[in-house]
Amino acid sequence: MGMSERRKIPAPEANPETATYWDGARAGKLLIRTCGACGKPHHYPRALCPFCFQPAARWIEAAGTGEIYSFSVMRRAETPYAIAYVRLPEGVTMLTNLIDCDFDRLRIGMKVRLVFQDSAGGPPVAMFTPV
Amino acid sequence: MSIRGKAYIMGAYEHPTRKAPDKSVAQLHAEVAAGALADAGLAKDDVDGYFCAGDAPGMGPLSMVDYLNLRVRHVDATDTGGSSYLVHVAHAAEAIALGKCRVALITLAGRPRSEGMATGTAPRAGNPAIPEIQFEYPYAPTVANMYAMCAMRHMHEFGTTSEQLAWIKVAASHHAQHNPHALLREVVTVADVLASPLIADPLHRLDCCVITDGGGALVVVHPDIAKSLKRPLVKILGVGEAVKGQFGGNVDLTFSAAAWSGPRAFAEAGVKPGDIQYASIYDSFTITVLMQIEDLGFCEKGQGGRFVADGNLISGVGKLPFNTDGGGLCNNHPANRGGMTKVIEAVRQLRGEAHPAVQVKNCALALAHGTGGSLGLRHGSATVIMERA
Repeated sequence: MGMSERRKIPAPEANPETATYWDGARAGKLLIRTCGACGKPHHYPRALCPFCFQPAARWIEAAGTGEIYSFSVMRRAETPYAIAYVRLPEGVTMLTNLIDCDFDRLRIGMKVRLVFQDSAGGPPVAMFTPV
Repeated sequence: MSIRGKAYIMGAYEHPTRKAPDKSVAQLHAEVAAGALADAGLAKDDVDGYFCAGDAPGMGPLSMVDYLNLRVRHVDATDTGGSSYLVHVAHAAEAIALGKCRVALITLAGRPRSEGMATGTAPRAGNPAIPEIQFEYPYAPTVANMYAMCAMRHMHEFGTTSEQLAWIKVAASHHAQHNPHALLREVVTVADVLASPLIADPLHRLDCCVITDGGGALVVVHPDIAKSLKRPLVKILGVGEAVKGQFGGNVDLTFSAAAWSGPRAFAEAGVKPGDIQYASIYDSFTITVLMQIEDLGFCEKGQGGRFVADGNLISGVGKLPFNTDGGGLCNNHPANRGGMTKVIEAVRQLRGEAHPAVQVKNCALALAHGTGGSLGLRHGSATVIMERA
């Protein structure tokens, strides 16, 4: 199939609870929110830890590596795209897109690395591409 | 306290339309309400409880109660997507058991076909206050590609194949050929399913349910009222509900919330999966059926592919006759919400009113199960077990 085209990404709408995450994205960092009490990371980020309801006070910067947990290439779209869940070594699995790749070569378990793609008028969005 | 035997489903009506450009959504609600009450042999003014979900226009139940001009003392507008109407059966039984109402009316209606809705393939923006929207919408999740990711993981973990998934559609089509109202009545083969275009890998067009207008309604009543009516008695034995999401980032696509709602319903009913003679299983996609069959305990986790193959879901052929109306895959998926029609076909089977070609002989114990929302993101699940009394 060859290298995929990039789809236009709608702007995510941040709010006070999530501003730090999107500020991180603007600085090229994928931030994972972590509990100040139980220490567990979670995603997507919440103010209160979804495991113990204590303040999730810390943000850690993801290494930017991961592996594909599952994916699907959406063929019925103006620009076909690959949606995926990617497992991060930090201990969370996130919904994302796989970009700049040959869709026909994607496999579960494949190693991927973080790459940001600009959104239309908003902060850049964390995507992944095969290593 | 248990709801076992505390309420009966005495009215069930499926709207015959599959495309209704000439009707309003509220009108369809009224038509199915009238249909289900007539089926039960009850009048509008007998209704003292009303149940509806997000397909009903207006704020919760308010507009519909007013439009239908009901005088009710109990309402419930719980919305768990396509599984809502199974939740409503459960909640109606609970309300009746507690004396909060005696005649509960549940309605569903919608017109996605007339409105040209790209139900499965278009990302939906949603209210930005929904907490996950900003972390999901930029990636364009759709109904089809999120269920597809469940199928992809299932194939990876358990060796499930596209051929096995296709058997689910084949079985549904064998049933739909006998249903004059079904949108798709043509019998298809495994090869037909695999030859249909890929929508979202690994799901083909024929792995996806239909998009239809229409609706349905149910009337759930107190045992005393049930016994005063002329219709066959369909007793509610057990119900179960559950919601499953992403566990704060510990995503696991290998099972559905049926793994929780199913055992709750079986425990309350006091029966086992092996006792069930007919099952209505939510079929937004073939993979939905396969995962729920495993999670409800009809086979071991991971064995669903083998279980559904070779016609095992075809009435009169296989061990678990399912969706004998043709289901959402072939017959009807009104308002993009298939839970209502799941209950209706189970009621037909228990009454002996299914089409003779697909009627399960002496059907005395049936299960209906629904999944609503998105299997790959977050979903509601409800299981209802019913008996012919």
